[in-house]
Amino acid sequence: MNLIEQPPYGLSHNEKAPRLLHELKALTEHHRQACPAYARVLSAEGQWESSDANDLAQLPWLTVPLFKQRELRSIPDDAVFKVLTSSGTTGSVPSRIFLDNDTAKRQSQVLVRIMQEWLGKQRRPMLIWDHPSVIQNRASFSARGAGIQGLSFLGRHHTYALHDDMTLNLEAIRTFHKRFAGTPVFMFGFTFMVWRYGLQALQAQEIHLPFEDAVLLHSGGWKKLEAEAVSARIFNETARNQLGNLSVHNFYGMVEQVGSIFVACEHGHLHCPSYADILVREPGSWRVLPHQQAGVLQVLSVLPTSYPGHSLLTEDRGRILGEDDCPCGRTGKYFEALGRMAKVEARGCSDTFENAGGSQ
Amino acid sequence: MATDQVTAAFAKSLGLPESDITEHLAYGSIKEWDSTAHMVLIAELEDVFDVMLDTDDIIDMSSVAKAREILRKYDIKC
Repeated sequence: MNLIEQPPYGLSHNEKAPRLLHELKALTEHHRQACPAYARVLSAEGQWESSDANDLAQLPWLTVPLFKQRELRSIPDDAVFKVLTSSGTTGSVPSRIFLDNDTAKRQSQVLVRIMQEWLGKQRRPMLIWDHPSVIQNRASFSARGAGIQGLSFLGRHHTYALHDDMTLNLEAIRTFHKRFAGTPVFMFGFTFMVWRYGLQALQAQEIHLPFEDAVLLHSGGWKKLEAEAVSARIFNETARNQLGNLSVHNFYGMVEQVGSIFVACEHGHLHCPSYADILVREPGSWRVLPHQQAGVLQVLSVLPTSYPGHSLLTEDRGRILGEDDCPCGRTGKYFEALGRMAKVEARGCSDTFENAGGSQ
Repeated sequence: MATDQVTAAFAKSLGLPESDITEHLAYGSIKEWDSTAHMVLIAELEDVFDVMLDTDDIIDMSSVAKAREILRKYDIKC
């Protein structure tokens, strides 16, 4: 059975690990055949010539900046359904992620399956802590646009809480509140946007709009918030203070692996769903680190068939906290994200792969 | 015979003439039926048939024929 057909948090390590390895090896072979640029990177790295990996740590990976430097795709021109772009933090060239119909569909399916765990199956009225122009060009979305677009599937009566100039659209928010305060609602935004332009703005204007049953999902780094000494606890308390009975869940995900998201449970632990996994590597040696030790996050996903993004070394740091034993009861690895790597480390790791691909 | 309401809802949401809406028309097979249009379509179907579709329905609604199958689940004749 394929992992994609499994519930998101129901497989133990022994059930998941062999299937995941099998599917990721098959994806590696698929992309090696279908994407010459990917095959060149692997063969330049010698040890990745063979496909006899017997655990996840031995699978080849790409670094995220490679998607800026090369056009990496495993589909012909006429199969391109959508191109996702992300500028990231380094350089001005955006990553380009090529999606065909199948991959896009799989991403939506998995996203919905994961989110049903946190929101239920009903589509709730949705308040988006962003401005509407973030979704403009339908054929080419920014990371922010793609995130909002993907999650819109889960809501109804989509309402944008901000104006284009990032000020509160109080009329829209109040109308939404008046209509839906007593019913289950869904709120979504990027962590920093929700904080700076949503919660802080409400707080400054002393506006309280209590909802009876809201779920706030937010994604994106804490770095900017940490600089302001805003912890998850302060964020969540402020959210409840301004907006009533909210359950707040951060999630971690990348535009290079849309659909594979890691949602924080009620204990604040980010959880790997059945379709994805995490490894932590030591910068420099790139060996896999044991649980509890902080290093660079590698994300694995069974979703991408249209581009070779099933195994990626991120530029983010984190550490695995445990597996199958989170007090929330969900199975799988759980971890915390610790922000971006230092620039020096990041450069070291993209250099490795510049060299790796240099023989083409 | 009155215009078929499902066909009309698809034509309106995707911005296509009704003659282009065949039973086998599939999500993602034409540029007009992308994820953005899909949400417009869902809202339109909910409006026309006074039904609340859940997230499974949205994911399953991969073709015009499939849309009818889903609507029938809610005792809608279409």
